[in-house]
Amino acid sequence: MAADLWTALFIAILAAFTGYEVISRVPVLLHTPLMSGSNFIHGIVLVGGIVALGFATTDLERIVGFVAVVMGAMNVTGGYAVTERILAMFDRSKRPAPGAAAPAVSPPGGKP
Amino acid sequence: MTNLGQTIVDAVYVVAIIVFVLGLKAMSSPATARRGILYAGVAMLIAVVVTFLSPGLSNFLWIVVGVAIGGGAGYYWARVVKMTAMPQMVAIFNGMGGGAAAAIAAVELLTSLRGATAYLSVAGAVIGAISISGSVIAFLKLQGWMPSKAIVLPARQVVNFAVLAFALGFGVYAVGWLHPEFLALFFLFLVVYGVLLTLPIGGADMPVVISLFNALTGIAVGLDGFALVNGPLGDAGYAMVIAGVLVGAAGSLLTILMARAMNRSVGNVFFGAFGATEETGGVTHGSLRPIAASDVAVMMEYAGEVVIAPGYGMAVAQAQQKVKELADLLEAKGVTVKFAIHPVAGRMPGHMNVLLAEAGISYDKLFDRDEINNEFPAVDVVLVIGANDVVNPAARRKGSPLEGMPILDVDKAHNVIVVKRGQGKGFAGIENDLFYADNCRMLYGDAQAAVGQLVAALKQG
Repeated sequence: MAADLWTALFIAILAAFTGYEVISRVPVLLHTPLMSGSNFIHGIVLVGGIVALGFATTDLERIVGFVAVVMGAMNVTGGYAVTERILAMFDRSKRPAPGAAAPAVSPPGGKP
Repeated sequence: MTNLGQTIVDAVYVVAIIVFVLGLKAMSSPATARRGILYAGVAMLIAVVVTFLSPGLSNFLWIVVGVAIGGGAGYYWARVVKMTAMPQMVAIFNGMGGGAAAAIAAVELLTSLRGATAYLSVAGAVIGAISISGSVIAFLKLQGWMPSKAIVLPARQVVNFAVLAFALGFGVYAVGWLHPEFLALFFLFLVVYGVLLTLPIGGADMPVVISLFNALTGIAVGLDGFALVNGPLGDAGYAMVIAGVLVGAAGSLLTILMARAMNRSVGNVFFGAFGATEETGGVTHGSLRPIAASDVAVMMEYAGEVVIAPGYGMAVAQAQQKVKELADLLEAKGVTVKFAIHPVAGRMPGHMNVLLAEAGISYDKLFDRDEINNEFPAVDVVLVIGANDVVNPAARRKGSPLEGMPILDVDKAHNVIVVKRGQGKGFAGIENDLFYADNCRMLYGDAQAAVGQLVAALKQG
């Protein structure tokens, strides 16, 4: 039982060093996509939401678990789409022509 | 030996984690960044699908409906939002993650209040709940649905501390004395604390705030993961520990780097109520001298080097395309054009780079503060478009609220032209000494209109 917590602690320490190493070498240019990208990565919380809801037994647990799944899913898809859009602009080979950039990303009928 | 199904689930998780880390690695270089987010996305998809297919799960319909609603809304929003509104989008999606972490902790606490894991859930709930309510306030401020200036309530340090203390008290009482009914009060006070914590922070500091809440959400997710590793699906817990702590560490470092770019400590950002106080007895005197667009055009046309210092005002006026046109025209006339990007120009670190890249301006022409600051004495014309606090020489003066903040030394150039809508102050609410300098002229007007006039004048000349 407690062994699992110790294992998780070891993993956490290694993950902390990895996170530190990754960001300490990132140019300022990528800070926004990186913040957005790390926002997407903690969207892994959706997995926890699925577990919480999947093993919920009472109605209250189901409702709260459902809220967790909705919010987690929004974190994942929103975080991914925002990051992808930002990074698409750094892609030299597929840069849209000036003036075409804005309409290309917002579908018709979207918010003005 | 566990059964085969479980072994397959374990193996798939390991693969997902490997792809995850490779993706993160790729995201740290501009050339491979796009591949990186794709890798991370694939890893995420694998982790979610394998969790959904794990043995023992029920409430399938609820899960599918929840993923469809949240996923659809998040994706739609992210696609239609304008690039200038990206910071508040990151804030709100981050808040959703924090809320999800708090909700998961709540389910864990409702299931069982016993054992060490209950306290881990309490910790996850604390951080997650503060992250969602704080992020929502940050979103409202950036979106302009709430005044962006610092809102300072009387005796806030005492009140805030008391609210947090009560929240923690309720949480510990609920777990230690097995009183689940106190969980509602626990969460309520945490949410209030998140609001109180964020209200006194001015809009100019929001990038640091969003970054910190991003890191906090990561930590909350990691803590939830700890609570789940002993549960029915321990792998999901380990995945959350890895991803959450990764974000917690990376996000904390990013927060410190950003605060440092403004010469402030993270503690000062959160507890200093910066931007709420006015500097009394300002040293600024003299008058602002306006200039006509045609004169600016001539000045730039005969310059050897023009440096453009853009700020958020340019983005608000959607003037990026006009600025790109201006730069192209000047270059066609043999003028060297560079862009000076302050680390906190815009509303997030690197935000200005994104906005200029969107307009098609090559990132070879974008220079960091450190790269370009020594060049200003040799620059003929600096065009400041919609930037204010980041070019305010008051930062070099003792006693100024901006004291010590690293700025772009545009005032050292031969000529400075400031494109500005009116005579208002910057986001930090502080008078700008630059505007009164001898070498500075004001070109009044909306950034898009003003730069448009410059382009028209250059085309004629």
